Amino acid sequence: MSLFTVRTTQKFAFVFLRMTAIVTLGCLALILFYILHAGLPHISLEFILGFPKDMGRSGGIFPTIVGTIWLTAASLVVAVPIGLGAAIFLTEYTRRGRLIGVIRYFTANLAGVPSVVFGLFGLAFFVIHLGFGWSILSGALTLALMILPIIIRTAEEAFSAVPNAYREGSLALGATRWQTIQKVVFPSALPGIMTGIVLGIGRVVGETAAVFLTVGGALHLPAGIMDPCRPMTLHLYLLAAEGISLSRANATAAVLVLGIFIINTVANLLLNYFPGNKDTERQKRGGKERIKS
Amino acid sequence: MRKYKELLFQNIFFFSALIAVAGVFFITVFVFREGWPLWRKYGVLKMLFGPRWAPGIEGEGVAFGMAPLLMGSFYVTVIAAIMAVPLGVGCAVFLAELSTHWWAKALRPAISLLAAIPSVVYGFFGLIVIVPLIRKYLGGLGFSLLAGGGILAIMILPTIISVSEDALHSVPKDYKEASLALGATHWQTIYKVLIPAAQSWIIAGIILGMGRALGETMAVILVTGNRPLLPSSPLDPGVTLTGTIGTEWAYAAGDHARSLFAVGSVLFLLNMVINSLAHVLKKRRE
Repeated sequence: MSLFTVRTTQKFAFVFLRMTAIVTLGCLALILFYILHAGLPHISLEFILGFPKDMGRSGGIFPTIVGTIWLTAASLVVAVPIGLGAAIFLTEYTRRGRLIGVIRYFTANLAGVPSVVFGLFGLAFFVIHLGFGWSILSGALTLALMILPIIIRTAEEAFSAVPNAYREGSLALGATRWQTIQKVVFPSALPGIMTGIVLGIGRVVGETAAVFLTVGGALHLPAGIMDPCRPMTLHLYLLAAEGISLSRANATAAVLVLGIFIINTVANLLLNYFPGNKDTERQKRGGKERIKS
Repeated sequence: MRKYKELLFQNIFFFSALIAVAGVFFITVFVFREGWPLWRKYGVLKMLFGPRWAPGIEGEGVAFGMAPLLMGSFYVTVIAAIMAVPLGVGCAVFLAELSTHWWAKALRPAISLLAAIPSVVYGFFGLIVIVPLIRKYLGGLGFSLLAGGGILAIMILPTIISVSEDALHSVPKDYKEASLALGATHWQTIYKVLIPAAQSWIIAGIILGMGRALGETMAVILVTGNRPLLPSSPLDPGVTLTGTIGTEWAYAAGDHARSLFAVGSVLFLLNMVINSLAHVLKKRRE
């Protein structure tokens, strides 16, 4: 009898656990269904390549796509070299010590700062103090600071995953430290680094609060880095919050979700395809050893 | 020559690493500096716990009491945690202990996509789906702290799931084997051995998730109604710390603009405390 209750409890508990997994999948399915179902019918080539008319009430979203691309490219140009440099310093030059602890602590903290606070900082520092105005430059620098922790962390993991024997072999052949990093460590860490960059791109494309306060939101096609712009996320927010056009908002949301889906898939493929990444480690722990390619 | 080149690169890397440190430093300085005169003028306690937020009014009626904003943020964060914790921890246990290969293959990409969907899309989803649902079935305007908490619950699920799963994986295999060998069932082993052993790390994940909810702007701004009054129930509209900054910055000037930086400072500090707490809890397990 008592054995029976224990068994029944287990049965109910496992049903509950299975339900949580189903609900989690269901949440995602529901969101994707609603956004795509409402948005896809409004997407056309004219919508993607057309210019918005009447504050976005009709017409397309081309300038906002260009705005998103500008912001992504400009923030990567700043964040990637700095992030890689920082990761190289943290893994290749010194692995322990108080300074490293301090740098790690601050990097982790930077990752936890709310995006709207990044926006406030960008507004006070880049827009006003440095006089860049509401521009792609101000927005991109703010975003660069924001994705720096992601780039540093993933690159650090990638560098640490390179076997020490590689370094020792190179140094023993008479190469200097920088030559070793450049010719040996960097190439073998490249897939991991790419993953971090793709994750950073996803974050930039999806970010709204930080750019809202720094890029200005003008709907023209930006011509240069000092121009204001309006990325897709901000366009969606303004359309929805000010009730300008529900159908255009729907369509913009669908384009955004599709874009993020592609970026995320690329990141997942990179994560799963190359050894030394986090997921492969996880699978190994689960006993499902992956054949290293 | 080679030696100089080596030294040059080492220094370049060193300065790159310092930029993250400088970033935090600059954010602190610039956000706090802008809000500073206002704290001095009105007093820290009066601003933090004052019940009235009316920063845009000229003359006598102006008030910078942040209590409505703090309450709003508190409500949405707690509602999000109440909904997301059972789901998230349950899902993590499922992934770590029960899931077949097929389930894991479906769940992991789904969770990473949930984490990647832009917050403004979540907000938009809340606006067109959750707000009308609440209006129809629970009454009120629909724009409410409950709607904000609900949408945040979905958003923080990935954080809670992935940290909890890591926590469960970190428990040594011997614990599980010993428990099973003593005749405990799989479920008894899970809730009497595995979960207690991973407890502090799981709590760290929950706290991290709550920190994410507290700092989220675009999702809550679209669904909470942004009314700076003290809420009396989750069905009331309200405003969060983040939402205040998001809705008011565009037209704020003078003391009003400074007050938003003051709100930003509070947000920054709260987040710092939350993240440090999670850090300490996670360290304790390791």
